[in-house]
Amino acid sequence: MKKLIMILLVMLLAFGFTFSAAAEKVEITYWQYYYETKEETINELIDMFEKENPDIEVKHETFPYENYNTKVAASVPSGSGPNIINLYYGWLPLYINAGYLKPLPHDEFAPADIEEEFFSLVSAAKIDNHYYALPTAVRSLALIYNKRLFKEAGLDPEQPPKTLEELVDYAVKLTKRDKAGNLIQEGMTMALRGQLHHWVREVLIRQYGGQPYSEDNREVMYDSEAGYDAFGYFMDLAREHKIGEPNFMTDDVTAFKSQRAAMTIDGSFRIGTLDKVGNLDYGIAELPTHNGIKSNFASFWANGITSFTEGKELEASIKFLKFLTSDQAMQLWLTNVGELPAKPSAAFTDENRNDPKYGPFIRGLEYAHATYFVDEMSQRQVWTDAYDRVMLEGKSVKEAVDKAAQEEQKVLDEYYEGK
Amino acid sequence: MFKKLFSKLTIKQKQALWGYLFLIVPMIFYLGVRFYPTLNSFYISLTDWDIVSKNKNFIGISNYIELFHDEVFWKTLGNTFEYIIYGLPLNLFLSFVIAYNINKLRYGLTIYRTLYFIPYLTSLVAVSWVWRWLYQPIPLGIFNNFLAQFGIAQQPFLESTSQALPSILAPTIWVQIGFQVIIFLAGLKGVPKYLYEAADIDGASNMQKLFRITIPLLRPTIVFLVVTGSIRYLRIFTQVYNMTYQGEGGPLNSTKPLVLYIYNSAFRRFEMGYASAMTVILFVIILVITLFQLKVLNKHD
Repeated sequence: MKKLIMILLVMLLAFGFTFSAAAEKVEITYWQYYYETKEETINELIDMFEKENPDIEVKHETFPYENYNTKVAASVPSGSGPNIINLYYGWLPLYINAGYLKPLPHDEFAPADIEEEFFSLVSAAKIDNHYYALPTAVRSLALIYNKRLFKEAGLDPEQPPKTLEELVDYAVKLTKRDKAGNLIQEGMTMALRGQLHHWVREVLIRQYGGQPYSEDNREVMYDSEAGYDAFGYFMDLAREHKIGEPNFMTDDVTAFKSQRAAMTIDGSFRIGTLDKVGNLDYGIAELPTHNGIKSNFASFWANGITSFTEGKELEASIKFLKFLTSDQAMQLWLTNVGELPAKPSAAFTDENRNDPKYGPFIRGLEYAHATYFVDEMSQRQVWTDAYDRVMLEGKSVKEAVDKAAQEEQKVLDEYYEGK
Repeated sequence: MFKKLFSKLTIKQKQALWGYLFLIVPMIFYLGVRFYPTLNSFYISLTDWDIVSKNKNFIGISNYIELFHDEVFWKTLGNTFEYIIYGLPLNLFLSFVIAYNINKLRYGLTIYRTLYFIPYLTSLVAVSWVWRWLYQPIPLGIFNNFLAQFGIAQQPFLESTSQALPSILAPTIWVQIGFQVIIFLAGLKGVPKYLYEAADIDGASNMQKLFRITIPLLRPTIVFLVVTGSIRYLRIFTQVYNMTYQGEGGPLNSTKPLVLYIYNSAFRRFEMGYASAMTVILFVIILVITLFQLKVLNKHD
């Protein structure tokens, strides 16, 4: 009997020790949407971080991209959710207005330092002189093309199109149809809902001499000659040259991966996905220029700290955020995920600039613009609707662009009036 | 005190008390999960709540006024009625024809019943995605490849403003037939045999038997199917959400039903107040239609 009591006591003590040891560990939670290479890389970073900080444990949770925004919004009123959260920069205004994110403390993340170290587009995360979130990486666009299909069409795979005119010529040569006229290979992917609405908005409109928004970003400016010309160029690809269809092979990425599309315009984050496809021989080039104007679109996902994070958890979250925005994390992110370092000092190294894969994206960052979205989903929808209005309802390009501008202006007005 | 009171009750009263005690659980469940949110949404429809902010500012009937001027709202309301007007009669007609003929079988009744019921058991999300792929353009889509074999031009199906809605209705009807056939079969089994025997003696034709005996006696079954079917079509969501790109009910809102507009307003654009106003209107529509159907179809009972 005594023995039994002794054993019980020892077990109790042992249990108590492990329990108290566990209790001293601070646990913080990190949320992002599910993207295979991103999940793996964050797990790798967490392992590194926990080795450096044995008293902190980071819980990593991911959700499907389709429901991610809904999931985050639903967690707001209940006051639950993570300590550190990864959000698309276009969604930040909504969450900051709702008080979901804490301003990053000035003593740890001084706005002046951030502006000196990071790309200027990161200021999309700054509201009323406070930064609310910081990215590990930024993304830009480039022309990705299939070298095998280039050779097949008698084109030089080392000479991708350099101007918008060349892009049309190449795309026409690379398009294949069967006897009945059905599309079986796209010259270039055409789904605006992917990355192409960014291409029209921030690249084509500027190349045709316009600007998409006013300086304060509150007014739509593309209902102009430049806007009509830019969207007209895009619509001619679809109507005149018939080089692709938005739903071909379900979506642009699938079409390109299965070698049914010769060219696509996409973000650097796609490299990781494309590298996993066997025997896909592809090249990457800077976006074609027009009238000698270069332009690009840059965007980012940023990490913020939620407003209910306090005390020890806040300290741990700040540490983790610092780690996520360190040069070391950025370089790992570049090689694993393909997204570009968020600091020029880390991005513009000679090695990165001349990298055959990342180089064109990194060079594109130098002349990239970020759109100050207030409701990214609605602002994307106006462009896919504009396409449908021309293709399905037979509206003119001017009518479609005017309608898009009117709808987008309404979205902007609702946001800025509500502020 | 309670013990004293309890002992004063008669056995009948005690039994009733126990009954209510057990009913408390589902009652609380219903009050908490059904009635409270319903009543709450009436209130939210009068506010500008956006899910993420803490305050719900009272703005009177502004949401309803905005709805009145919202062309997308009217479009989605129209689509909802198109779903029900095309879908429901076709659905009932096909189900009845199938059930009527299966009912005449001597052998293999169970097999047919099972075959028709299987789609209904399949997850609607899976059904929607499979059909979405079937509708794809060449080289992926089976329907278009089939048409091409006969030299017929490929059809845009889900990518056209005129064909998309019928294309979504097709799998919906296909799935619903499973349920309606089973209910019709049960109804047909309930028609007394002696009525047909009497009709045979009087020399009635098959058509006379169908229209004078079978259909009148199936009235309760038909009422049930019309009411549940209407509600189902009025709440159509899953198919459209999964078969159109990014659940937007496109192209150009041509397939978007009211429920999908409510969902997108509430959970994607976070306009909870506005979405609640639409929910209230949908609630009124369903209520009116159901009461009307019950009144008209049950007239002779």
